[in-house]
Amino acid sequence: MDSVKQQDLGTPAPRNATTQVSITVDGVTVRVPAGSSVMRAAAAAGVRVPKLCATETLSSFGSCRLCLVEIEGRRGFPASCTTLVADGMKVTTQSPRLAQLRRGVMELYISDHPLDCLTCPANGNCELQEMAGVVGLREVRYGYSGENHLDSKKDQSNPYFTFDPTKCIVCSRCVRACAETQGTFALTVGGRGFGSVITPGGGTFLHSECVSCGACVQACPTATLMENGVVDKGQPDHAVQTTCAYCGVGCTFRAEMKGTEVVRMVPTKEGGANRGHSCVKGRFAWGYATHPDRVTSPMIRRSTKEPWQKVSWEVALNHAASELRRIQATYGRGAIGGITSSRCTNEETYLVQKLVRAVFGNNNVDTCARVCHSPTGYGLKTTLGESAGTQDFDSVEQADVVVVIGANPTDGHPVFASRMKRRLREGARLIVIDPRSIDLVRQPHVAAAHHLQLRPGTNVAVANALAHVIVTEGLVKEDFVRARCEAESFAAWRAFVADPRHAPEATEALTGVPAAELRAAARLYATARNAAIYYGLGVTEHSQGSTMVIAIANLAMATGNIGRPGVGVNPLRGQNNVQGSCDMGSFPHELPGYRHVSDPTVRALFEAAWGVHLEPEPGLRIPNMFDAALDNNSGAFGGATSSFKGIYIQGEDIAQSDPDLKHVTAALDAMECVIVQDIFLNETAKLAHVFLPGASFLEKDGTFTNAERRIGRVRRVMPPLAGMADWEVTVALANAMGYPMHYDHPSQIMDEIARLTPTFRGVSYQKLDRLGSIQWPCNDAAPTGTPVMHVQEFVRGKGHFGLTEYIPTEERTGPRFPLLLTTGRVLTQYNVGAQTRRTANVAWHHEDVLELHPHDAEARGVREGDWVRLQSRTGETALRAHVTERVQPGVVYTTFHHPASGTNVVTTDSSDWATNCPEYKVTAVQVHRAADAAAAGHPFEHGPEDEHGFDAPKLIRMANQIAAYFASDPDRRAAVEGVTNHLARFWDPRMRRQLVAAVERGAAAAGSGEEGELEPLVREAVTLGRDRLIPPAHA
Amino acid sequence: MSDGAAPDPDIVVKQVLAAHAGEEGALLEILIAVQEALGYVPPASLPTIAHALNLSRADVHGVVTFYHELRTTPPGRHVVKLCRAEACQAAGADALAAEALGPDVTVEPVYCLGCCATGPAALVDGELVAPATLARLTQKIGSDGSQGGGSRGDQNRIVVGQNQSDLPNSHLPVNPSVSVFVPRDAAARARGADAVAAAIAAEAARRGRAVRVVRNGSRGMLWLEPLVEVETARGRVAYGPVAPGDVARLVDGGLFDGQGGLGPTDELSYLARQERVTFARVGLIDPLDLAAYAAHGGWAGLRAALERAPAAIVDEVTRSGLRGRGGAAFPTGIKWRTTLDTAAPQKYVVCNADEGDSGTFSDRLLMEGDPFTLLEGMAIAGLAVGATRGFIYLRSEYPDAYRTLGAAIDAARAAGFLGRDVLGSGRAFDVTLRRGAGSYVCGEETALLESLEGKRGEVRYRPPVPAERGLFGRPTALNNVVTLASVPAILARGADWYRDLGVGRSRGTLAFQLAGNVARGGLVEKAFGLTLRNLIDEYGGGTRSGRPVKAVQVGGPLGAYLTAAELDVALDYEALAAIGGTLGHGGVVVFDDTVDMAKMARYAMEFCSLESCGKCTPCRIGSTRGVEVIDRLVRGERPEVQLPLLRDLCDTMTHASLCAMGGMTPNPVLSAVDKFPEDFRLRS
Repeated sequence: MDSVKQQDLGTPAPRNATTQVSITVDGVTVRVPAGSSVMRAAAAAGVRVPKLCATETLSSFGSCRLCLVEIEGRRGFPASCTTLVADGMKVTTQSPRLAQLRRGVMELYISDHPLDCLTCPANGNCELQEMAGVVGLREVRYGYSGENHLDSKKDQSNPYFTFDPTKCIVCSRCVRACAETQGTFALTVGGRGFGSVITPGGGTFLHSECVSCGACVQACPTATLMENGVVDKGQPDHAVQTTCAYCGVGCTFRAEMKGTEVVRMVPTKEGGANRGHSCVKGRFAWGYATHPDRVTSPMIRRSTKEPWQKVSWEVALNHAASELRRIQATYGRGAIGGITSSRCTNEETYLVQKLVRAVFGNNNVDTCARVCHSPTGYGLKTTLGESAGTQDFDSVEQADVVVVIGANPTDGHPVFASRMKRRLREGARLIVIDPRSIDLVRQPHVAAAHHLQLRPGTNVAVANALAHVIVTEGLVKEDFVRARCEAESFAAWRAFVADPRHAPEATEALTGVPAAELRAAARLYATARNAAIYYGLGVTEHSQGSTMVIAIANLAMATGNIGRPGVGVNPLRGQNNVQGSCDMGSFPHELPGYRHVSDPTVRALFEAAWGVHLEPEPGLRIPNMFDAALDNNSGAFGGATSSFKGIYIQGEDIAQSDPDLKHVTAALDAMECVIVQDIFLNETAKLAHVFLPGASFLEKDGTFTNAERRIGRVRRVMPPLAGMADWEVTVALANAMGYPMHYDHPSQIMDEIARLTPTFRGVSYQKLDRLGSIQWPCNDAAPTGTPVMHVQEFVRGKGHFGLTEYIPTEERTGPRFPLLLTTGRVLTQYNVGAQTRRTANVAWHHEDVLELHPHDAEARGVREGDWVRLQSRTGETALRAHVTERVQPGVVYTTFHHPASGTNVVTTDSSDWATNCPEYKVTAVQVHRAADAAAAGHPFEHGPEDEHGFDAPKLIRMANQIAAYFASDPDRRAAVEGVTNHLARFWDPRMRRQLVAAVERGAAAAGSGEEGELEPLVREAVTLGRDRLIPPAHA
Repeated sequence: MSDGAAPDPDIVVKQVLAAHAGEEGALLEILIAVQEALGYVPPASLPTIAHALNLSRADVHGVVTFYHELRTTPPGRHVVKLCRAEACQAAGADALAAEALGPDVTVEPVYCLGCCATGPAALVDGELVAPATLARLTQKIGSDGSQGGGSRGDQNRIVVGQNQSDLPNSHLPVNPSVSVFVPRDAAARARGADAVAAAIAAEAARRGRAVRVVRNGSRGMLWLEPLVEVETARGRVAYGPVAPGDVARLVDGGLFDGQGGLGPTDELSYLARQERVTFARVGLIDPLDLAAYAAHGGWAGLRAALERAPAAIVDEVTRSGLRGRGGAAFPTGIKWRTTLDTAAPQKYVVCNADEGDSGTFSDRLLMEGDPFTLLEGMAIAGLAVGATRGFIYLRSEYPDAYRTLGAAIDAARAAGFLGRDVLGSGRAFDVTLRRGAGSYVCGEETALLESLEGKRGEVRYRPPVPAERGLFGRPTALNNVVTLASVPAILARGADWYRDLGVGRSRGTLAFQLAGNVARGGLVEKAFGLTLRNLIDEYGGGTRSGRPVKAVQVGGPLGAYLTAAELDVALDYEALAAIGGTLGHGGVVVFDDTVDMAKMARYAMEFCSLESCGKCTPCRIGSTRGVEVIDRLVRGERPEVQLPLLRDLCDTMTHASLCAMGGMTPNPVLSAVDKFPEDFRLRS
């Protein structure tokens, strides 16, 4: 239960109530929605009816019998929680008779309850204690010698909470919370009658199905299920509302505190994203914030061979500033860049991109969305006109068909998954498109109607087949398309997908999805009243990631599933602020609000505000930065050595999270100044020269924007351990580099963002405090925000259909690497694990393992738990094997939460054609059994290797990928223009120059082979668009 | 099943799961089937079962631990279930419970086996023994022991649809000339009916007489079982009780020609004075003989119903005045009207065959003696409310009824009375038979629905009532066996004919059941309105012990105890209620003057504590405290505190409990305290 008390109306609000009824409670007449309980109506009348088993987050249950009332004209004493209001009903909640009955019930409760209130962790905050007081219990005439549960054993197996059955009143709130709120059904009542006990299925909590979401603890009215924080420290005395810093769900929590110490984190019912629910990470795994590994002093060193030296903030910042300026002086203005963090606040990200653009004077800024959802930005902007999901999370409550593509919500977005599962239990149908049997496919009380278990890398072929069925079986919502979408691009798309080569029967062999199953799924999706698509990194992290996002948007538009609650295209974004960091202009080609740097009007706005000149050409993307750092060919264009030498990285561990790690570490090693700002000395910091201690989300003010575009406040609950919040550090660095930034509080940064960004025009801290959270766009047209987008028309006007030819990834299996590796996450760990590994969450997942199918295991003599060597064309590592049928034959799967496993040593530089989002989800690998860990080889050691930067074959390969997408356009000139345009809008000029040079060299020395297999379309685009691709050098 | 080749649990579980694949809410049935095969439910099998049914392991754990009958450890070589309910207590069950039956025998309590008229009753490895004596139990264990592992498989080893090959059934010579009826009813079998039937067949063969042995239902004169009848020109002639050893002598005395014996069955005063409506066919025919059923008026009600619109059927039942015979006496027509008027894509008819009240066995007699009548009643209910599916929730304590009903459903379906096209009408109705697993509270209709859905048998709050939101959340007409079995006659003969029987608001007949310490225990179907004294004296013949009646419990374990001075009460719902009693399901348990009413009051609380589902606090904790308070009261510990406390507790339970289980337990307790204070030492 909550500490700092919040009102509990006892039962949930009725759903879909259309009428109001009048009811009189203790003489007070109120009007309430029909379908309300008498208890809830009483609360509306200002009357609190005693209760124990009822709470507004759970359905009525009617077991405690404390809430009995008298109703005129009815016999007996109906329970107010289960009795619904009727017009004209007259209710009495207090009478001598009711008092007698309530006291009788309470006397029974207390006859089986320890009398240790003063030493109980719930003392002062216990509903049983409170109700005993309310009903005026003065004596327990039964005595305490009767049968009881006072000798029951505590279960302390869960690291975060204790189950003390001696305190249990068997109200089943925990059981119901586990079922209704979380949807895991890990708890039950065991036995019956007086012997009824709450149990996680007979064993201990830790070894049960419990996912430690905390819903049971939240629901418990006594000390039976209690956070160890409270057991250890006592009841908190005040609370601060803030936003969780884990995944893209963006749950609202109350940090319940004693002084500056967090006692516990409690999800708030008002939270628009989570509606009072939480997961094991947000609820419990926040202890990393005060972990001893926290570095609280700035440090510098001349080279990575030397030990770190602790220095003052001033020394560190001056050193960093002078190094960055030195590099620019030596190698050019474009030789440095920055990476913003999706873990940091909007205000902090905004400042970092401002630092890069205004102070560094270039556009070399990128963010970790590059490696996760950059294709979402590209694909949704192209089709719908805005780089964001279309719905709020509440929308799922109105979905009749839910399609989950390449996402694993129960692990990656658990709180949203619980909300989705609730809807599925209400009868919505589920389609899962995933190579792996994720939990949603079949788990207690949820089962997918269709699981399209495709081969990794064939997403687009599956989407085209779905589209083919929709188009050829007459399932297109013609009215919608006619009114809302571009006639021309739709006609082209319709003709394109109608081609028999996209028929499910034609693609079955390729995708592995049985045609009949696919057809059934397509029909289910297309004919639903409301069908919603939710997707994740299994869509984006492919060589055709952007194509697949476009294909998804096409499906939604063609079936009219967009622009109202219950439908939409919903990217489940990975990190807490990945949406926000993208919104804030973290991409090298876009200023805040997704406006291209080439737009002179937009640039002028920022130039005026910031007082600087802004580069009109896009800067380097993260992988391009690595390439540039290792590129020694740029001499031809004026540089003597590589063109990228210094980087400021805020809150991202690229040396663990990014693919092809040998390449990443080689690039970092080649740089002269690597500045890492983080709360821990992470893997990247091992290759850094300046370390600036970061602040956790508990230590700073700001805002996060979640996957549903919801801007939520992050509030400081304790002072920054290192003395400065991250935004203050960026400000200080800018100042040290000679560009003054003046902000006294993050709210001023938000005010600047609002001034300069149309979609944020109406956002302010005052409004956030008033509304709790705001979903952008928020402006004069939508002063309280926009839960559902594209309602009347698409942001871009008419919806655009893109042609989505399936192009197999170059990452293919063969004799050397016969298996496909795909990667993902687990519930209890988060991303690179920097935070969660420093919490008790390791109790559930202490190492990454390699899942492989029994057939593949058998063929290799691998048994459960064996060490195996995992090899790809880029690298190799060692893991333990987990033999499971969750993966299909030929596919292996692992996670990248632990640096020791070096998963990303194995992943390759293959990436999305449009955005360079890495193809984490498809790597051709081989697996060998090893006798032991040593024989498997040390997983991974950092170190420079002979690495290539921008070489011609690589650039040509990237350009060919782009050409392959545009080649579908039947209009050749449009296709050529598409390629040129894409290169001009998204490629850093130095890459373009090298591409042009390579193409021209290849033309001069035709047949030399240097250019690889150059697509004619690229040659045309480069030749015809040369002037656009090589801009004139400016002063 | 022999001990020699213990079945592989994994294989058994897989087979059971496959047999129930796709069945909604089949968890309990699956657990029962696994236990039948293995003797217990191995904990290691729970995850497999959970996964197959899309349930959590905790869900399954909750269910396994809820039901008395399910065990998670292997039992001994023999399992003896001793009835501990009131009627058997009145007949001396306590003495039996104290006896040691051997080291390899698992003894479990059971609450009513439906043999209340011939108690005490016991199940030995699934075989009913009643009356149970130490000698009979020991003999039974010994005889089964020779086969080895008799305990495995529990009682209901025969699956639905399997033929009744274990019964010495109709012996059909070429030229049958004499029909001899030997009941197949469980109470008759418990007293040796099978052996009697075999002896008669053997005797006939030995003497070269063409004799057809018909295994009929029981006539309800249970003290006469095994009651053998012989078909003669002047009707059937009765003999009983007949022991196997009596057969040769009876045949010598002219049995096959109807000589000797008790005289014509129909003229036996016990039977002659009854008004057999619902039970008209029970005891007359072989319960599985479709031709005999039809010949005795079967399916006439269903045919009449098929001629009418649903609302017209409901109206007919409403006009008949039929009220629920399960105990709550709610007007059946009103219930059906609600179900009919609640729109839904699927509706159900559910038959409550969880006849848990001790002292009652009318449902059992009907299901074992005339199951087609029940199926006909359910089909009519289905037509009336728009339901195409029916479920029978049968208590597991009735293994014979399970077999008979299973066979009857198969036969009715094969003959086109059930299925997609009922009697060629184009309308569908089919019935699924499910079992409970030892839980009295599952006779409460909402707990029954939970159990039928494969969940813990926890009570639901009402409203919504099952008629609106019942099985799987759908509108459900939920009625007791006798209620449903009364419907065909109403449809066949008309509402007016039925409502002409009875008195006041209690119309039609009720099947009273006489049990406990009574000389002639059995079933008496009479129109409402006769007095309790009339029933006990004129039908029951007074106490079996010959001692004076001290107390009578009417209406099951939740009914108040009545004194000898209250025996003139008329047996109708309102008259009973007027003196604080309940007619309930019509059970009457008689106690003589040796009964200790303090013990019975304590037992009432104990029974509640044993059977409470545990959901609501007054029942969950109150029943246990009730036992403790009565114990203190009886021990004389501060009665001035304990007595008011007991009254306060009963007040809390009565008015604050979620269902009738907790709400009515105070009836027997307070009636005992108030009417027999001396037994509580309150006057000493």
